[in-house]
Amino acid sequence: MPDEPALPCLRPQGRRPPPPTPRRAAAPRAQAGVSARTRRILAITFPHLAAEAQLRREGRRGLEIPFAITGAVKNALRLISVNPAALRAGLLPGMSLADARAACPEVATRPQSPDRHEAHLQALVRWAERFSPIVGRDREDTLVLDITGCAHLFGGEAAMAREVSDACAALGLTAQTGIADTRGGAWALAHMSPGIAAAGHTRAALEDLPISALRLNEDQVEELSAVGLSTIGLVANGPRGQIARRFGVETLKRLDQALGAEPEPISPARAEPRFAARLSLPEPVGLTRDVMAGLENLLERVTADLARAHRGARHLRLTAARVDSRDETAEIRLARPNRDPMRLRALFERKMGEMDAGFGIEALHLVALETETLKPTQARRESEGDRLADLISRLGNRIGFENVTRLLPNESHIPERAFTTAAAAWSEPESFPASLPRPISLFAPEPLGHLPGRPPEQFRWRGETLHLLSATGPERIAPEWWWDDPEWRSGPRDYWRVATREGPRLWLFQTHRPRPLWWIQGQFA
Amino acid sequence: MLDSAMKQPDLTRLLCAGRVHEAMGLGNRVFAASLARALSGPVIWLITQQSRERLCPQGLVRFFDPARLILVSPPDRRALLQSMEEALRSGAAPLVTGETGRAPDLTESRRLQLAAAGGGRGLCLIADAMTNAAETRWHCSPRPGTETAQTWDLVKNKKGALGTWSLA
Repeated sequence: MPDEPALPCLRPQGRRPPPPTPRRAAAPRAQAGVSARTRRILAITFPHLAAEAQLRREGRRGLEIPFAITGAVKNALRLISVNPAALRAGLLPGMSLADARAACPEVATRPQSPDRHEAHLQALVRWAERFSPIVGRDREDTLVLDITGCAHLFGGEAAMAREVSDACAALGLTAQTGIADTRGGAWALAHMSPGIAAAGHTRAALEDLPISALRLNEDQVEELSAVGLSTIGLVANGPRGQIARRFGVETLKRLDQALGAEPEPISPARAEPRFAARLSLPEPVGLTRDVMAGLENLLERVTADLARAHRGARHLRLTAARVDSRDETAEIRLARPNRDPMRLRALFERKMGEMDAGFGIEALHLVALETETLKPTQARRESEGDRLADLISRLGNRIGFENVTRLLPNESHIPERAFTTAAAAWSEPESFPASLPRPISLFAPEPLGHLPGRPPEQFRWRGETLHLLSATGPERIAPEWWWDDPEWRSGPRDYWRVATREGPRLWLFQTHRPRPLWWIQGQFA
Repeated sequence: MLDSAMKQPDLTRLLCAGRVHEAMGLGNRVFAASLARALSGPVIWLITQQSRERLCPQGLVRFFDPARLILVSPPDRRALLQSMEEALRSGAAPLVTGETGRAPDLTESRRLQLAAAGGGRGLCLIADAMTNAAETRWHCSPRPGTETAQTWDLVKNKKGALGTWSLA
């Protein structure tokens, strides 16, 4: 790098010189032995998570043939995650599927499903709470646990790390662990050289690791490597000012976090409470009656949990696992949060007809997908509001919640935009202010033609000839300039309330561009 | 037939609860809205998704507060009748108005009557009359030559006299 004379001397000449005196007040603490304030962080990373989770779901954990999860990245199908067998066969995440097939024709693949991946990680967070109450997530697939004061419960840090790996292996997942004083240090160890850095020795443990262990992005890693700063030790011993200037303060921040000079607390990704229950049946069942009995059992358990948490369900899903390993599901939604098992049962009862038991159902799983706060109330008689909410739930489950609506006022003079339609289950009624006379029925404008008169004395509408009796108007409505509506490109409209000799009372309007044209948009009676 | 003066008929008495009624003619939406004004509580109004004629709340506000309105848009006439039965059976609303287009046939209207027996009040807005189990049938039309006047003709009444009302 000829333009930067100082950097070449950063390259190590044989043994590295001893680290320069720390520049920050916080640094000595990280170096000094075990102080009462030292934290211990355990990072768990799952290098084959997506692939192994899929295999586990399919009941083929520990599959010995190459297996990969694929997804579209940059317009090409690429491997997202591979299992250990695939790794041994030379397949790597990021490889295109075509290359992978060429290198290893027997590779089995499945498409990725990000939702499932996320759900799986959340399940792992819940699972990891058995080791420490403070469990967070770092980047894509790493769990970080603050195990300060926890490790002795598991027989020491080494035993704890072993227990984590064993428990993951039992789940069919490969896990790598790293324990250090800092979150960044533990992350680096877990990813690059699984192991334990003794308290106060994080820096020594990290020095020889490549800089990609610093949680930097790819560009930063590449730039640093290009000038020979390939290990954490080299960066840590380099001139901070120049590094910050050339590679950004982000690089130094990550370094300081890893070495403990800059604090980086774990914000616990407290797993959302989950309201779910599972029932495995001793014998496969096929009768609606039996399934309903199982459902009642599940509903009682789930609603009891909901009641304890002061919550009510808005969306529930019942999954029935069939003996031919196909899942049948039934979902219900509710117009307002509810935890009354009998009400929920009644809503599920209707959905039962759509479920196909096949050769029998051997397990049932009920989960509340959406919940809302529902304070306990004193037992009381069913109110009108309850009955209406029940009705909205039933209609919504029958024809879709988007088709059970309320009309809400909207600030606009344009007749068709003066109100909005909102799903009744997710909106509150709102009163309408009194308005200028408007028709009771509104439809898309129907052209009458270029007629003389204001308004025309005679016109044909829907196959009928109508004669003008009296008219009130005009009421001029101008389009809203901030809202480009193709219907309103013809400029302002003059609206007339028209009574006809034949009876119909109509809402006519005239547009002026490009030349006067009459339309009908509504009917009063 | 004697004109019952220029007086608003007592709709809540003529269209008794627990039964399904019918209204046809150009003015049938106004008739339904007038009935809603005479009652209190939620109003369920079912219109199929194919219908071109939307309800305009600014037009309804003359009769009742559209905040009371729950609009149900079933995909077809069959779903409309099913949803209407559901709404009638729940008794959550004193008035359930369904725009059925073609009048319900004997079976369909019988089913609606059974659903309404719990206490709901149904009103089918129909395009043409048909022999069926409706409790009353009204013919509502704007009076030609006037600006707001309506004529409401009670053309079928199972348990009472027929009549004609003119509204200014």
